[in-house]
Amino acid sequence: MGIAESLDIPPIVPSSSRASRPGTSVEMRGIVKCFPGVRANSGVCFDVRPGEVHALLGENGAGKSTLMRQLYGMYQPDSGQIVVDGRPAAFRSPADAIKAGIGMIHQHFMLVPSLTVAENVALGQKSSRGPLLDLKRVEERIGRLAEEYGLKVEPRARVWQLSVGEQQRVEILKALYRGAGLIILDEPTAVLTPQEVEGLFSTLRRMVGEGHSLVFISHKLGEVMGISDRVTVLRDGAVVGAMPIGDATRDSLVKMMVGRELREVEARPVQAGAELLRIEALRAMGDRGDEALRGIDLSLRSGEILGLAGVSGNGQRELAECLAGMRKAASGKVMVGDLDLTAAGLNERLEAGLAFIPEERMRDGAIREFSVQENVFLHDQRMPRFRRGPFLNFGAMREYASALARDFAVKTPSLDTPIKNLSGGNIQKLIMARELSRRPRILVAAQPTRGVDIGSTGYIHARLLERREAGVGILLVSEDLDELRALSDRIAVMYEGRIVGVVARGEATVEELGLMMTGVGRAPRG
Amino acid sequence: MSGLSPDVLVGIFSTMMGLAMPFLFAALGETFAQRSGVYNLGVDGIMLLSAFASFYVVVVTGSPWLGLLAAVLVGLAMGLLISLVSVTLKAEQGVSGIGLYMLGLGLSSLLFKVLVGTVKTVQGFRPIELPLLSGIPFLGPVLFRNNVLVYAAFLLVPLSWWVLERTTLGLDIKAVGQNPAAADSLGINVDRVRYFSVCLGAVLAGVAGAGLSIAQLNLFQDNLTAGQGFIAVALVYFGGWNPVGVLGGALLFSVVNSTQLWLQVLGVDIPSSVAVMLPYLLTIVALTLTSSRDRQPAALGKPFERGEN
Ligand SMILES: Nc1ncnc2c1ncn2[C@@H]1O[C@H](COP(=O)(O)OP(=O)(O)OP(=O)(O)O)[C@@H](O)[C@H]1O
Ligand SMILES: [Mg+2]
Repeated sequence: MGIAESLDIPPIVPSSSRASRPGTSVEMRGIVKCFPGVRANSGVCFDVRPGEVHALLGENGAGKSTLMRQLYGMYQPDSGQIVVDGRPAAFRSPADAIKAGIGMIHQHFMLVPSLTVAENVALGQKSSRGPLLDLKRVEERIGRLAEEYGLKVEPRARVWQLSVGEQQRVEILKALYRGAGLIILDEPTAVLTPQEVEGLFSTLRRMVGEGHSLVFISHKLGEVMGISDRVTVLRDGAVVGAMPIGDATRDSLVKMMVGRELREVEARPVQAGAELLRIEALRAMGDRGDEALRGIDLSLRSGEILGLAGVSGNGQRELAECLAGMRKAASGKVMVGDLDLTAAGLNERLEAGLAFIPEERMRDGAIREFSVQENVFLHDQRMPRFRRGPFLNFGAMREYASALARDFAVKTPSLDTPIKNLSGGNIQKLIMARELSRRPRILVAAQPTRGVDIGSTGYIHARLLERREAGVGILLVSEDLDELRALSDRIAVMYEGRIVGVVARGEATVEELGLMMTGVGRAPRG
Repeated sequence: MSGLSPDVLVGIFSTMMGLAMPFLFAALGETFAQRSGVYNLGVDGIMLLSAFASFYVVVVTGSPWLGLLAAVLVGLAMGLLISLVSVTLKAEQGVSGIGLYMLGLGLSSLLFKVLVGTVKTVQGFRPIELPLLSGIPFLGPVLFRNNVLVYAAFLLVPLSWWVLERTTLGLDIKAVGQNPAAADSLGINVDRVRYFSVCLGAVLAGVAGAGLSIAQLNLFQDNLTAGQGFIAVALVYFGGWNPVGVLGGALLFSVVNSTQLWLQVLGVDIPSSVAVMLPYLLTIVALTLTSSRDRQPAALGKPFERGEN
């Protein structure tokens, strides 16, 4: 149950008994922040009142994270003023912001994987036993907070063993544990399944009920409309609109963010062609030594998008990794035509026309220290068009990289900027652009629009559909059911390492898919 | 091996205890530095300069305790230097470590020539027989007839473990070595934790140097350490960044070394160059067989800069 609800979230009703823990109020005035080659914030004004949810919207690279990192003491503004609870604040580091009652859940989680939940929470806090750790006490307090806010986690588990949703709960616990009155959530839902989003929202409602103030960043307008009291929209580092949520509509917000109206993409019917990829009885182990894939059979045809749905952690990632050659298969087969690619290396796969957009783009798809252009050419510099005799043709390479960045609206100060300095969504777009432009015959795309703004999501969808019409077979792994339903010709649902059912376009409602994702086999029609 | 009488076994194992001492200090110190995300390849250089400093102070004052103090101060100074270069200036850590090694090697040899000139011996720390305990057959002479630095080195193993696993300081060190951005976002001063860990490691390397010159050998000569500081760094990898693992590595290396020494003393007919090579060969083999990067601190060798994705 409940998936439908999460797509239509009731607004938060401010609780009358919120006085127990007064929320923190914040005012940012005329904030300017420049990085080499970019003005990330140019004179931004932003305020949060006690006990309200203030949403911050904007395209990738609009300057949302930068603004919030200044509020959290990670960067210092070039000019402008921050006032917290009526007092001017000059935060020199996160330590100062924490003292002032501010907490932040970062776009990329800030956890130490090898430590336990309790250790992650206790980190940097004074211990009741002086120099000795007091993990017992920390565990008790975590238990109480978890109870109060509906944040179920096992305090003694090591963080690397937790699912993404659980890790986020640890992040929220960290902020609550420090008594934060204002919590900044930077794209908290980007990595969550619909069920987890629902859990998060019920936690957020309880927090607001207790009087906490929240800043909520998301690219999903349904969520923003559902949970916030006010909204501020940034474009190119400046505020283009701020209003109570009641005065905004979905369309008006999109127009403010993007500067134009967006067309919905639509999948035109395409006659699926010959079989391109066949997976037979594929089995593989997961990271924790368990069996992540327990016999997968799938077939992908030319001109078809096959969606792969499932609650995260049910083997979708492992399946994608097996196809990409990043994970060894224990048994079974991966066939492209007559070619057995089960144990093939990366180059063999590329030559067979297979391309892969990894879920962990930062880890598996890019090199942080390399520039935008170097990342574009990670595999392709040997292509004849970029060579001049034995040498690289830098002119051609530069032209190509710049066209790619322009087409996919990758916002970067220059092609020579190291990608670790790009905004989260822009890194995603760059890798997407690189893989799509390689013109593969088979594309495995894992969460291709996670963390990507609305405009670019539409663009990426259109590109995927265009590739499909050109006869490419696409395996689309996604936790966004709307995305899957809009794009896929068929949707295969995974549960505990198996395919529990495959449904054709329009054959299943969101509720039915949700049910299948909990392991219930295909519900009979009618 | 009929020649291995009980007396010889006692000899082998008590020699092992003494040989393990400098490795334990240096490798446990390096463990702290690496757990915080900084590797210091200059351990051998710190050992050399400290070994000379403590030796010279003993020559002048006759007090091994003052000698030890000198080693600690030299270690601290070199620790601050390497922290400045590796943490604050964010230099490549391999290169800066080698630089520190060269500095220690050159300076100790220069000062030795200028201030002392000829090889001479000193009276350093003497063995202390623990009453009653040293009378236990076999274990007594091996464990309880050692100098104070040997006792301290072995006590440092559980102490290091305890600091890393049971104190807030240890938690800070581990967090900074695994994910400095996370530690920073919780208000921990990453640079300060790294300075502390690197300097602690350097001070312990200094004590290791003193252990050689004023407890184990009671003399100084050019390149006294013969690369033991590098072996200590290898032992950290061998031990999986864990004090107990480091202890295992130090004991293994030292027992092979002491056996080889005893075989030569007993006149067993093996070429001495092969015998001397044996422990090093063993280290390489053991390292390749056991080393796994799984336990390596994730941010090892990477300088920290706030606010990168
Ligand atoms: N540490 C940095 N060094 C240099 N440039 C940076 C740095 N951090 C951000 N930028 C630049 O500042 C701009 C704003 O980035 P920011 O991360 O605030 O965007 P965002 O609105 O959070 O986008 P997204 O939705 O993709 O997360 C981008 O152009 C980015 O390249
Ligand atoms: Mg961002």
